[in-house]
Amino acid sequence: MPVPALEILHETIRNLYFHVCMWFSMMFILTVSLVYSLKYLNKPNEDYDIIASQSSYTGLMFGVLGLATGSLWARYTWGAWWTNDPKLNGAAIALLSYFAYVVLRNAMDDEQKRARISAVYNIFAYAMMMVFIMIYPRLKEVDSLHPGNGGNPGFNQYDLDSHMRLVFYPAVIGWLLLCSWIASINIRTERIKRHLANQ
Amino acid sequence: MFLLCSVFMQAQPVSNPPVEMADGMRSDGKIYVVVGVLVIILFGVFAYLMSIDRKVSRIEKNIEELSKK
Repeated sequence: MPVPALEILHETIRNLYFHVCMWFSMMFILTVSLVYSLKYLNKPNEDYDIIASQSSYTGLMFGVLGLATGSLWARYTWGAWWTNDPKLNGAAIALLSYFAYVVLRNAMDDEQKRARISAVYNIFAYAMMMVFIMIYPRLKEVDSLHPGNGGNPGFNQYDLDSHMRLVFYPAVIGWLLLCSWIASINIRTERIKRHLANQ
Repeated sequence: MFLLCSVFMQAQPVSNPPVEMADGMRSDGKIYVVVGVLVIILFGVFAYLMSIDRKVSRIEKNIEELSKK
């Protein structure tokens, strides 16, 4: 598939199908996690806790992959594995707040207490994630260098013949399916694990 | 003339420190960065699969112990 020829990005514009999809998958599965945390707070059902926790673990995996792939790209575009770009730091903060979720869960033994507190924390972590990934890098004051921000070429303004969209949208659907598959495997194993522990 | 030449030779600017240009990963429009990204994702997913595998193995062992009782 032909891609638009752009400054800075060159062929790495194809990372749109991989790096960007990692973050899409992460946001999707973390939204699932948020929904089930809210459901748990509404009606304390152990299964909601399992779905919420395993979804956010899966989301964390995709987030780490997104960060690692972005870091490789930055190494050969900006010359460093990590720069103090607002988009990068925002993503790092968002991931750290989900790592804190994992630590918080592991720190508590009482199952009901753990489920309730981590559900409340999950709402906070989700808000942090949205603010630091979606809003903060887009502010005029911080001016991110990330493609698509701050006047840097992304794909959406230049993809005039929609060839990239033809690949991008199916890729997004594929990654989301893979993501939900991994999450469902995690959820099912956790269900079996808890079932055995209760026997 | 010889003297002039030698003066010019010495006046050559000091060589710049090596600058990373279109080498290796940056050749062919940085397509190898895309390859690297794919490798990272594959390894990441494999590593995650292995961790799930370990978790399932532990559960299997638990089931075995339960069935012996």
